[in-house]
Amino acid sequence: MALVSKSPWVIHYDGSSCNGCDIEVLAALTPGYDAERFGVVNTGNPKHADIFLVTGGVNEQNKKVVKEIYDQMLEPKVVVACGVCACTGGIFKDCYNVLGGIDQVIPVDVYAPGCAIRPESIIDAVVEGIGVLEEKARAMKAEKKKR
Amino acid sequence: MQSLINILGTLAASVLFALVAALVGGFLAGLDRKVSARMQGRVGPPLLQPFYDVIKLFSKEGVRVNGVMDAYIMVALVFTAIAGGIFFTGGNLLLCVFVLTLGELFFILAAWSARSPFSDVGAQRETLQVMAYEPMVLLMAVGFYLATGSFDVSCVLHLPAPIAGPLVGILIGFLFVLTIKLRKSPFDLSYSHHAHQDLVKGITTEMSGPTLAYVEIMHWLENVLFLGWVALFFVWASPLAILVVIVVLAAVYFLEIWIDNNFARVKWQAMLWSAWLVTLVVAGVNLAVLIYL
Repeated sequence: MALVSKSPWVIHYDGSSCNGCDIEVLAALTPGYDAERFGVVNTGNPKHADIFLVTGGVNEQNKKVVKEIYDQMLEPKVVVACGVCACTGGIFKDCYNVLGGIDQVIPVDVYAPGCAIRPESIIDAVVEGIGVLEEKARAMKAEKKKR
Repeated sequence: MQSLINILGTLAASVLFALVAALVGGFLAGLDRKVSARMQGRVGPPLLQPFYDVIKLFSKEGVRVNGVMDAYIMVALVFTAIAGGIFFTGGNLLLCVFVLTLGELFFILAAWSARSPFSDVGAQRETLQVMAYEPMVLLMAVGFYLATGSFDVSCVLHLPAPIAGPLVGILIGFLFVLTIKLRKSPFDLSYSHHAHQDLVKGITTEMSGPTLAYVEIMHWLENVLFLGWVALFFVWASPLAILVVIVVLAAVYFLEIWIDNNFARVKWQAMLWSAWLVTLVVAGVNLAVLIYL
């Protein structure tokens, strides 16, 4: 039985954005909405996290940071791109220093659009991400058994 | 031969303690989170959430910054279990304290073995915490000896009255450092379950997956053992003691959660001087009274 869906620990990173989605993500995770009901913990440490919530696009400056956080997370892990900038680069897409969405650097599992992203979309995206996480955990277990 | 049987008995009790205390400690941790959430006007996670977390951590990929870290953590866990085994078989209180501190030192070594700056600062703060509470814990053992005439925990079962009376100062001092030992705010300097982010995750920054799961279980065992130490003050040769101990432990645990939710983290200097001051004044006066009066 994979219990990863019962304790999704989250890490949040804000790339190059206007901070609108950033604020929405933190608001959705804070005590007001009581995400801890579902076992969600905002960790701040990639080594403890299961779900990577990214807001904002990637630029030359933070490319390394996004990749580093992703690499430090342990399998099974899921990336959720929150907001249109994280999905495609959004309004900043044509800037000379912006590379585009998060998927330019790391594999993204769930795309959640919006400008700024609505709290409902964030919760929906995390729930979707938990589904993916569960699937990955099951695949990992099956592979372990094969070996 | 007799001593060999004693040692084997203690080891068997340690295994039993590890199993029972892990269950009880997990429930206590769940209760802690639930009560904390209610204090903040939230619903909070399910009571079994700590167990879900630990089972999940075991299912994660095992990655170690330094291979020796796992060995240190396992040794720390084993020593914590043995300290519990010694205590709950009525063994020597002083030995129980020392074995637990030894486990704690291995935990610190594990953090230092990662050679990461965050982990290093966490380990240094943990060392400061040990410095802050250890004098009081040792004086507790000394006070226990002065009040009962023995270091054996089992002797409390034959006492005419609980030692909380003559050791009231030591009890107050111990309750003060208990906040440090339970890793509660305002003294959760090295590691906290809350979202303090100034040091990422302090001493456990580099511990992840199964390693972190063992650390969590170690904390559960520690918490049960500390509550056992508190219970020591309220046991005497009467069946009424069971009721008194249950009420006292519930009150103490609630008080710790209340403190945790109402105080911001202090600087390490404040922790060190306040812990030593309380130890010196309350426990010192109590000991002086016991020795000279």
